[in-house]
Amino acid sequence: MTTPAYTRSDFQTDQEVRWCPGCGDYTILASMQQFLAGLGRPREEFVFISGIGCSSRFPYYVNTYGMHSIHGRAPAIASGVATTRPDLSVWVITGDGDALSIGGNHLIHTLRRNVNLKILLFNNQIYGLTKGQYSPTSEVGKATKSSPFGSIDYPFNPVSLALGAEASFVARTVDMDRSHTQSILQAAYEHEGSALIEIYQNCNVFNDKAFIQITGKEERVHNRIDLEHGKPIVFDGGAKAIVMRNGEAKIVDSNSVDPSAILVHDETRPDPSIAFALSRLSHGPYGPTPLGIFRNVKRPTYDAEVNVQVAAAREKLGEGDLAKLIASRGTWTVAEPSGNGAS
Amino acid sequence: MADEIATADPSSTPTEVLDKVVVRFAGDSGDGMQVAGSRFTDASALFGNDLATLPSFPAEIRAPAGTLPGVSSFQVQIADFDILTAGDAPDCLVAMNPAALMKNLEDLRQGGTLVINSDAFDERNLTKAGYVENPLEDGSLDGYRTIKVPMDTLTKEAVKDTGVSGRSVLRSKNFFALGLLAWLFHRPTQPTIEWAEKKFAKSPEVVAANVAAFKAGYNFGITTEATKITFEIKPAVLRPGTYTNINGNTALAWGLIAASKLSGLPLFYGTYPITPASDILHELSRHKNFGVRTFQAEDEIAGVGTAIGAAFAGNLAVTGSSGPGIALKSEAISLAFMTELPLIVINVQRGGPSTGLPTKPEQSDLLFSLYGRHGESPLPVIAASTPSDAFEMAIEAARIALTYMTPVILLSDNYVANGSEPWLLPDVNSLKPIEVSFAEHPNGPDGSFLPYMRNVDTFARPWAIPGTPGLEHRIGGLEKEAISGNVSYEPNNHQLMTDTRAWKVANIANDIPQLEVNGDEDAKILVLGWGSTFGTIRAAARRVRIAGEKVATAHLRYLNPMPNNLGEILRSYDKILIPELNTGQLLKVIRAEFLIDVTGINKVAGEPFKVSEVTEKILEMIK
Repeated sequence: MTTPAYTRSDFQTDQEVRWCPGCGDYTILASMQQFLAGLGRPREEFVFISGIGCSSRFPYYVNTYGMHSIHGRAPAIASGVATTRPDLSVWVITGDGDALSIGGNHLIHTLRRNVNLKILLFNNQIYGLTKGQYSPTSEVGKATKSSPFGSIDYPFNPVSLALGAEASFVARTVDMDRSHTQSILQAAYEHEGSALIEIYQNCNVFNDKAFIQITGKEERVHNRIDLEHGKPIVFDGGAKAIVMRNGEAKIVDSNSVDPSAILVHDETRPDPSIAFALSRLSHGPYGPTPLGIFRNVKRPTYDAEVNVQVAAAREKLGEGDLAKLIASRGTWTVAEPSGNGAS
Repeated sequence: MADEIATADPSSTPTEVLDKVVVRFAGDSGDGMQVAGSRFTDASALFGNDLATLPSFPAEIRAPAGTLPGVSSFQVQIADFDILTAGDAPDCLVAMNPAALMKNLEDLRQGGTLVINSDAFDERNLTKAGYVENPLEDGSLDGYRTIKVPMDTLTKEAVKDTGVSGRSVLRSKNFFALGLLAWLFHRPTQPTIEWAEKKFAKSPEVVAANVAAFKAGYNFGITTEATKITFEIKPAVLRPGTYTNINGNTALAWGLIAASKLSGLPLFYGTYPITPASDILHELSRHKNFGVRTFQAEDEIAGVGTAIGAAFAGNLAVTGSSGPGIALKSEAISLAFMTELPLIVINVQRGGPSTGLPTKPEQSDLLFSLYGRHGESPLPVIAASTPSDAFEMAIEAARIALTYMTPVILLSDNYVANGSEPWLLPDVNSLKPIEVSFAEHPNGPDGSFLPYMRNVDTFARPWAIPGTPGLEHRIGGLEKEAISGNVSYEPNNHQLMTDTRAWKVANIANDIPQLEVNGDEDAKILVLGWGSTFGTIRAAARRVRIAGEKVATAHLRYLNPMPNNLGEILRSYDKILIPELNTGQLLKVIRAEFLIDVTGINKVAGEPFKVSEVTEKILEMIK
């Protein structure tokens, strides 16, 4: 079979993209289209399912199979696709409101089951499509249209939540960094099972510069912590490092500790405790914040297990026979023209 | 000794031949009454009687022992002719404790047979049931043929050498009662013994105890001549063929499997457990060798969500629930309607609203099924009339969903779901295939694919499933431009699409059977029903005819769209009666759609109509 030679434009649709000018979604869309083109996998084998929200318009702009569904339910709908069609590559596009508020239940259960879905959570820490209310990732105290005196809702940390929900793959990236985004997409694609990717995405209309600490030219130098598998976790040009103390990840001056004390990142660690500790380094990017893959472990996937059971049943019992099935609970025969006999 | 069934002919006691009998087993939830009732039923089915059953159990798994809320019962009518219901009033009541007697005695026919476990009538149990005087001693049971049997004592004695001990000993007393009833009604004993041997094969001591108790009960009848008379019900003259005893949930599950075979599509069932629909999930999950994939989702919404995904991916997709769960699925059902995906939505109705009466039958979700969605979203709605009809209607739901690319609501209710009847098994080779053709080629100019270009006959849009090269497309909840399927906010387009979707569903009326009228051609009154009232209505019509009056009946299996000839039928009668287990829902629809006045007989008492209730109403209207 020949691999199709695609370019980014093969994954563009003829639909006018209607996000606000300057929205981070444009960058993520471009990263995705370029990534898909590079895979060389037939276009018809991709399915994008989204919920509701600005980000959820995404499938309309990707020339594959897709469904723009209902608020919060994309993981459930995508689970139906992935469970019955392991031959497809199924992606979920969601936002912080869609995935963590109205759809929180589906998100955690999908991750726990390890359905083979790649979930891209566009986190802009605000409700955009409904024009600017606080979201479940907005910081406490945030003044919005629906919280004029400041939000009193304590926010979720999506990476911590996913790790707590038994996710087998959890990563974080940021819209502006296309090559980082694409490397995370690649790793998620290669992972068998659920992958949760939190993408910090700037909403320049309702929550501009929310991620400036890790995207600003000056700020990012000090605040972006790149997690790289097998390498000691250092940042700020090597000046700062992460060590584990009393079960917590701590930021220290690199020269204040023995190099052997610096935490070496291992995304494949079966126990999620250290990945969780790393996720707690930031709660919203208001200072040093890890980006990259927190966790990437192998676990049987739901869809594969479902199909293993079907295959095993067929192996053991043979292909189902309807006539036998309807007679399986005991029958009796009434003979012609009348009379009876038990069987 | 109770080792063997006594060889004495049970008919050495004088026997009366009956054409039908209604038996109710009643006891504590832990007394095994559902098992006793269903064993009695199966033995009768294998013997060749026609039958119908009505189980009734509390919503609580184990309400406090000995109390009124803890009473569980199972009623069966067996007959030598084709009966239609589980009967109004029992001819024979088995009461395993005072609470069971208190709760059920008023239903027992005067002069009926009462089988009582006298060991349970101690002061503690009598108090729990609310008796001040012991009814076994105060003469209050004089109007019945009462058989008092110390079942605890006799069961203990019977099982003493079988190896069961402690609390397990008395678990077999339902088999003692069953044995006694087998004697009283001349039931074959072998099917029950064989069932116990198979069911408890892993615990030989339990088999031994149950069989010993069963035989002891049977022999107790013979040796003590427990009654002056026993009863015999000859086999019914049913249509020739092979029968099985089936309940509605099982029939529905098998119907879905059959539809999967007939359409060549793998079956997917996305659901969340809920009474009384869960048994459909249980049944389907056993049959993975038919390619069935069941998905027990995190909630009702995910249940329908996974099914919508499975439909998009090319499966025969089904979700199922009861009223409260369907309410949660409502938004997603509208998505399936908007995206025009084939989806079967099963609603096994129960008493509502809210948690309501979760283990009792009611038909109160008809208007909810027809209208319970946001926006203009008419859906095909069909309903099973009897347990075995659920098999056929499940296939029909699939045919409509797949042919017209639409969600279909399939209604059942707790009476259809848990009631049972003999089912003449269909020849599976005679079932009509369901034609499904996935789109494989572009249907637009320049090799483009137009996902909303419709079939000229059915107005169905093409079903292009992921993995098909060249047909990549996006669907969703936003309004679609006709033909292209692109998002459109154009006012005229929304009007066109709303009308088109409604027309597509209305047009299904040309593809369903005409309504048949049963009964007297020159009757002035028509009794119109839908769903589980089928048997009651037919039985009532028989009684009306026996009373010398004329009546016609018709039963709707298609609630939306309704059969084309319905209006004509309605207009040809002076009076129309609609019996419903709700406050008058079909009645409202008929009045609204046909501007015809109709009369209702309505009941929401957690139980089916009695035949007598409907009979009296018909006779009252005739006069």
